Amino acid sequence: MAPHFGLPEFGFLLRGLQWTVLLTLVAFVGGCTAGLAVALLRTCGHKGVEWITRIYIGVFQGTPLLLQLFVVYYGLALTGLKLDAFVAVAIGFTVNASAFLGEIWRGAIQAVPRGQTEAAMALGLHYSSRMRDIVLPQAIRISLPATIGYLVQLIKGTSLAAIVGFIELARAGQIVSNQTFQPLLVFGVVGAMYFILCWPLSWWGSRMEARLALASQR
Amino acid sequence: MGYTLDFSVVWHAMPALLWGCVGTLGLALAGMTLAMMIGVAGVAARDSKAAWLRALVIGFVEVVRNTPFLVQIFFLFFALPLIGLKLNPTATAIIALGVNGGAYAIEIIRGGVQSIHKGQVEAGYALGLHKGQVFRFIVLKPALRAIYPSLTGQFIMLTLTSSICSAVSAYELTSVAQRIESDTFRSFEVYFSVTFLYLAISWLLMLGFAVVSHRFFSYPTR
Repeated sequence: MAPHFGLPEFGFLLRGLQWTVLLTLVAFVGGCTAGLAVALLRTCGHKGVEWITRIYIGVFQGTPLLLQLFVVYYGLALTGLKLDAFVAVAIGFTVNASAFLGEIWRGAIQAVPRGQTEAAMALGLHYSSRMRDIVLPQAIRISLPATIGYLVQLIKGTSLAAIVGFIELARAGQIVSNQTFQPLLVFGVVGAMYFILCWPLSWWGSRMEARLALASQR
Repeated sequence: MGYTLDFSVVWHAMPALLWGCVGTLGLALAGMTLAMMIGVAGVAARDSKAAWLRALVIGFVEVVRNTPFLVQIFFLFFALPLIGLKLNPTATAIIALGVNGGAYAIEIIRGGVQSIHKGQVEAGYALGLHKGQVFRFIVLKPALRAIYPSLTGQFIMLTLTSSICSAVSAYELTSVAQRIESDTFRSFEVYFSVTFLYLAISWLLMLGFAVVSHRFFSYPTR
């Protein structure tokens, strides 16, 4: 007799949810760091470097996330390093995030009016100070809605870790569904959990976008 | 470590992989067609007089956009038979892609419709255009042009998302790759090559869309 979907099963899903959140946080923090580097290289003014980062971004945007995960997962296995499944998928999501966030921030950096950079140059500021004190603070404001949008995409994307076998929320759902034979209930609950995680972020992002649009009209 | 990369298995499997590409494109095309139908119907319902219908469309869009496609396709995989639709995995995948893409299409098409100013239509009538001409030249073409970039971008996204349909073993490139992988145990070589097949697909699509855009939409805005 198969167990019914009860408290223990719900608890198992909640533990999966924890892993989803942790995986998202690790990938987002890692992706922000690497993404900033990508964005700065993409706008550095050196033709060759800009082309390489452009191809880097293009490859990640033009291929499925699932395949990127497969390549990183099996590629890391080939190096002979015995990596935990969590570390392997976290690296995969981080690399993906670096490309997407890099492209978002590239756009934001270029959206900061050119006069700001010119004024900073006229004041004799170095590249590092110009970026840190003048351009990036404004770019971050511009990029915030898109960055939050990507965060939502990342939360949803971590479900693909289920396919390579890492037990996060979606995989936990599959396991419970196979045990209880109540797929609709289980995947309904799993979907609701993702929704509770993503929807407030989406709402926040679109509200901020509306505010920014209003501010730029003035 | 003693592992040597061997891409010959990929070369031998190339015919199967290319058929997988065809499967992926077919899946994406069918999914996008369904998504557009849901999109147009959704936009009409989104602005209907019945409040419950509007709420239904808004709820649908929010739920689909804030849950992972993998969970959606699993849900549909088990839900469709319950409403009497006993379909094969590929048909299930098309419906899942259509439902997912439909939610995004609603938002995109709605933006396009809203981008046409009412005064434009009135100006068209004032110039003596027929109803059909007004719709074709003043509403449809500019609206299509306005949403063309997001719509084609969405199509490419849908094509890439279709790789997830391998989870219910629909016929497409990733599931073909998984079969070859389990036959040859050359996981990295197979997936690495297939990633670049996907890249080729998206670049070809982008190129095709750019040509179409240049051919039909390169008239001055003002």
